[in-house]
Amino acid sequence: MTWLSDNAVAHLRAVAELPDFSGTRYRIEREIGRGGMGVIYEAEDAELQRRVAIKVLASELASDDAVERMRTEARTMARLEHPGIVPLHDVGLLPDGRLWYAMKLVHGRRLDELNAAPAEMLRVFLRICEAVAFAHANGIVHCDLKPENVMLGDFGEVLVMDWGVARAAGADSTILAGTRGFMAPEQEQGTSSINSSTDVFALGAMLRAILPNLPRPLAAICAKATAPAQRDRYTTAHELAGDVSRWLDGQPVSAYRENVIERAGRWLARNRVLITIIAAYLVMRVIVFLWIRR
Amino acid sequence: MFPTTRRSVIAALASDDDEQRRRAFDTFVALYWKPLYKYLRVARGRESADAEDLTQTFLAKCFEDGTLAAYDTAKASFRTFLRMLFDRFVANEVKASLRQKRGGGSVQLDFGNAEVEIAREHDRGGTPEDYFQREWARSVFSLAVERLREESDPTRFAIFEAYDLDDTLKASYRETGARFGISETSVTNGLAAMRRRFRAIVLDVLREATASETEYRAEVRALLGVEA
Repeated sequence: MTWLSDNAVAHLRAVAELPDFSGTRYRIEREIGRGGMGVIYEAEDAELQRRVAIKVLASELASDDAVERMRTEARTMARLEHPGIVPLHDVGLLPDGRLWYAMKLVHGRRLDELNAAPAEMLRVFLRICEAVAFAHANGIVHCDLKPENVMLGDFGEVLVMDWGVARAAGADSTILAGTRGFMAPEQEQGTSSINSSTDVFALGAMLRAILPNLPRPLAAICAKATAPAQRDRYTTAHELAGDVSRWLDGQPVSAYRENVIERAGRWLARNRVLITIIAAYLVMRVIVFLWIRR
Repeated sequence: MFPTTRRSVIAALASDDDEQRRRAFDTFVALYWKPLYKYLRVARGRESADAEDLTQTFLAKCFEDGTLAAYDTAKASFRTFLRMLFDRFVANEVKASLRQKRGGGSVQLDFGNAEVEIAREHDRGGTPEDYFQREWARSVFSLAVERLREESDPTRFAIFEAYDLDDTLKASYRETGARFGISETSVTNGLAAMRRRFRAIVLDVLREATASETEYRAEVRALLGVEA
C-alpha cells in the first residue's frame, strides 16, 4: 500500500471533509466553527461578490433523517425574517448528499465573550428577547438559547443563531436536545409539551449567566423566569423583557415586592436631578437666611 | 481482493461462510496489521523480530479461534477493543510453540516496508493510544488511496496523486494540464471528482471497519472531525 506522510494524511483529512462546491456560485475559504450538527465555513458568493457563512451537515450525520432535520432548520430560519435572527440566503445539496445552507456572515463575537457594563448587557438581553418573542409569535420555540448562540456584530447587531433544535410550539418534549443549565425541566425530563415558557426559562438562565451579581429585583426576575413549573414563569419573552425594561427605567417590576426603604431608594435614584435641584435650592435658602440674620 | 459489498467486515468475521469470512479477514488484516505492528515497535518499543512474530501470531489467533467475535459494540469502538485485545495478548507473552507463522488470510505482511515507513515518520508524540489512532487513520487513508488507484483512470489518479499525496509539488493547474495534455478546467474538474470519490471510499472503508451505526459515526467524527 502507498505510504502516506503525516502531511499527506492531514491534507487528505481536509480534502475528505471539505465540501465540494465546484459548479456553484460559492467558493469555500476556511472553516470558522463546528456545532452539534454541522461545520460552518466562510465562503465567497462569486455571483453577488459578498462573503457568506455556509453551514454543511457533518459527515458523520449525513443520513436521511439528519438531512431532513437540517432542512427543517433552514426553513425555520427562512421563515423568521427579523433583524435579530440571522438571515438565510440559499440552501442546497452537495454531490455527496450533505445538505448545506448559506447565511449572513456575522463579524463580531459571541455573547459569552462580551465584557460590558451591566446596563449594556441588559440592553443586549432585551434585543435577544425581542427576536425570541418574534419567533414565538410565529409558533417557533428555539429550545437551545444560551450565550454561545448569540452573536454580536461589529455594528451593534444582536443575532440569535443556531435554530437546529427549534420546534413548533406544543411539540412533544421527549425528543428534544438542548444544553444543560439552560434547558427547562420539561425539556430535560420530557414531562410536558414545549411552549414559549420553555425559552423563557433559557432566557432567565442566560441573564443569570451574563450578569452573575444581580441586584435583588433582577434576581427575582431570573427566579420567576426559571421557575420549575411552566405556569409560574413569564408566559412570553415579551413579558420578561417588559420587567427588565421597567427595572432599567427605575420602575417597580412584577416579579419583586419592594419594602419601603427599597421603594424610597428607587424613587430617589429615579428622581436624582429633581432632588439635587431641590437640595441646592434649600441650601441656598439656608445660606440667604443665615446671611440676613447676621 | 476486497469485498465488493460495503457491509461491515467486523460482522462478516463471525460468518459461517468460510469464503466470506476469509475475505472479511483479508480486509481486516489490510486495515489493521500495520497499525498493530507499528504500535508494538514505536509505542511499546519492541524489537522488530519480536513485533513481527507477535503481530503475525495475534492475527493468526484472531482468524483461527474467533477471538474478535467477543467484540461488544456497546462497550467501545472496534479499534479500541482490538488495541486492548492486542495489549493483553502481548502482556500474556505468547508461548514459543505459538510463535510460528501461520496463514490466516491472503494479505502479504511486508514488515520490511513497515520498518522503512517507521523511519520516515516524524510525529511520535502523545500516548500509545494516540499513536495507534494516528496509524489507524494512516491505514484507512492508505487503503482508500489504493482502492481509488485500482478503479480510476491513470491520468486522473496521477493528478490526484500530484496534488493530494505529494508534499513537494507546487505546480499550477495550467502546468499540470500542459504536462498531461489536458485543459486547466479538466484538471480542476478531474481533481474535484477524484476527491469526491476518495471521500466516498473513505466512508466505505469506515463502514466496513465498524460494527454499528453509532460506531461508524464516532469513527467518521474521529477521522474527519474535530476530535481527530
